[in-house]
Amino acid sequence: MNIQRLFKRLKPGRGAVISIPYFWLLLFFLVPFFIVLKISFAEQDLAIPPFTSLMNLEEGGLLHLTLNLGNFDFILSDDFYAKTYLSSLQTALFTTLMCLLLGYPIAYAIARTDPARRNVLLMLVMLPFWTSFLLRVYAWMGLLNENGLINSFLLGIGLIDEPLQLFHNDFSLYLVMVYAYLPFMILPLFSHLVKMDGRLLEAASDLGAGPIKAFFTITLPLSKNGIIAGSMMVFIPAVGEFVIPELVGGPDTLMIGKVLWNEFFDNNNWPMAAAVATVMVLLLIVPIAFLHRFETRQLEGKGNE
Amino acid sequence: MVDAAKQSASEKPYLSIANIVKKFGDTTAVDGVTLDIQRKEIFALLGSSGCGKSTLLRMLAGMERPSSGQIILDGQDITKLAPYDRPINMMFQSYALFPHMSVADNIAFGLKQDKMPKGEIDARVAEMLDLVQMRKYANRKPYQLSGGQQQRVALARSLAKRPKLLLLDEPLGALDKKLRQQTQLELVNTLESVGVTCIMVTHDQEEAMTMATRIGIMSEGQLLQVGTPAEIYDYPNCRFTAEFIGDTNLFTGPVVVDEPDRVEIEAAELGGRIWIDHGITGPKGMQVWASIRPEDVRVDRDPVAAGPNAAKGSVAEIAYFGSYSVYHVKLGSGKVLKAMVPVNRWHEANLEPPTWGDQVYVSWRADMPVVLTR
Repeated sequence: MNIQRLFKRLKPGRGAVISIPYFWLLLFFLVPFFIVLKISFAEQDLAIPPFTSLMNLEEGGLLHLTLNLGNFDFILSDDFYAKTYLSSLQTALFTTLMCLLLGYPIAYAIARTDPARRNVLLMLVMLPFWTSFLLRVYAWMGLLNENGLINSFLLGIGLIDEPLQLFHNDFSLYLVMVYAYLPFMILPLFSHLVKMDGRLLEAASDLGAGPIKAFFTITLPLSKNGIIAGSMMVFIPAVGEFVIPELVGGPDTLMIGKVLWNEFFDNNNWPMAAAVATVMVLLLIVPIAFLHRFETRQLEGKGNE
Repeated sequence: MVDAAKQSASEKPYLSIANIVKKFGDTTAVDGVTLDIQRKEIFALLGSSGCGKSTLLRMLAGMERPSSGQIILDGQDITKLAPYDRPINMMFQSYALFPHMSVADNIAFGLKQDKMPKGEIDARVAEMLDLVQMRKYANRKPYQLSGGQQQRVALARSLAKRPKLLLLDEPLGALDKKLRQQTQLELVNTLESVGVTCIMVTHDQEEAMTMATRIGIMSEGQLLQVGTPAEIYDYPNCRFTAEFIGDTNLFTGPVVVDEPDRVEIEAAELGGRIWIDHGITGPKGMQVWASIRPEDVRVDRDPVAAGPNAAKGSVAEIAYFGSYSVYHVKLGSGKVLKAMVPVNRWHEANLEPPTWGDQVYVSWRADMPVVLTR
């Protein structure tokens, strides 16, 4: 929408530079999405690839376009899918809230320490990324399962008589989800909190606001953008998360990623999987659009300063 | 009886700062400051950066805890009170307006902390907006205002709670020179109309001289001199004050004659004696300094009667300021003496103004120099 105007304002060289990320997005996000969208309108077929083509050129030059709405109809009619989407959103929402409650104090503390120590603390937040994500999830499995480290230790010191049920339930699911996504909450929050002018808090205190009041009236509203950015960074990938629910979640954990996997690999039903994916993307576009609108408003606000 | 008690209370200083010390690790930022402020006074703490004036202000606001000493405001010991419990408000140097709140909300912030009823808050905010002539801008956000407007909002916010003491930290430091001069008088008028007791911190001597009823000169954590602007300018009590406020020429030497009606100082750099028409209390032979303001120095082309308070030199530099010029006269000893000469000085005597390299004679009256012992 504004892109053309933006391009016009830039010098030609700059336009070329900007076009690279746009080309990247087009090639690796938009085109694959349309392929998925196309497949979602096809029918399952015993062929390679295992779905029918939408367009057939018949004799006499007649082009037949067949759109199969059955997959979407099935998703809408079978409440299994509605439940799964809802449960995915719910899991993601709860994970986001937990990350926010845990991540805010951490980000605040890091932002408040002196710059020399700050970098070390930020390093510690990012350190887990140096290990493979999958390995870290497996490490949690080793810690949590029935004869894992935690249970062995607790049994060993005689605190419990039989192993605790820590694994393959909601507890382990949320524990690992929050663990995995926490840095994505901390980093944007930190970058907002560290920019905050300490004199504003002094001014609030001078005007009669105690520390707690000052936090809720000054710090929290001013870090709103960081909260939104961090929440989006956690929520959006958490909705489609597959690995964590699959490896540490309970047997009754309904996650859309798992359903996708089943349709795709177990049922070999590519069109159905594509339709499930399409609906998920549409569900996610809402928060993404919200984030985007917020970011542009923020940029505009900066321009006025 | 009651009136008598009131009377004696009002004679006591409104704000009393007693031997305040603030140490940061090994460095002493404020070194034993004692100061009394009267009600409705506008007091300026003047000093160069790092002299401890801001630390002193922050201790009054409660943002720093004194290492020792006592602060008493209106009979209440506030030394250990938290900033949010003090009846003191501060206008911050960079204003520290809350960026997410409108002008009106910024001003109402302090009132809301006091749980004031909403109707009263609205009335007070309106009153403050009128006071600083910002009513039109009540719903603007701080970033939509100019620097001068932000300054006025900051002032309104710090006055809204009717503080017993108002602190101003470099109140006009963020404004450009032209706007600063306009705002100085405007600010003083506002403060006087409200009748608030006020302490301001500034490094700008002109700002302090224009705005304050009394000035305190600070250097290296100590309060060197306290007085009205005229007292400080005319009777500096030390070299730092003499050089910091305005411009001056300093000569040093031993006291050779100390009579009740005159003092003579043997000033080697002058190549003669400095003669002062009053006595000082000090031992003969004591090393002292004489401060002579540039505007008190007379410049002549013709030789003046030889004797004390006069010297010969050559013009090394002339700085032209329109209505006056400052001559830098190089004396025989190499010392450069500054003399402020009105332009019509030469006109009236029908003389060609001296120019670079010309030989001139400088002199001053015996009542002009100020003797400084430190």
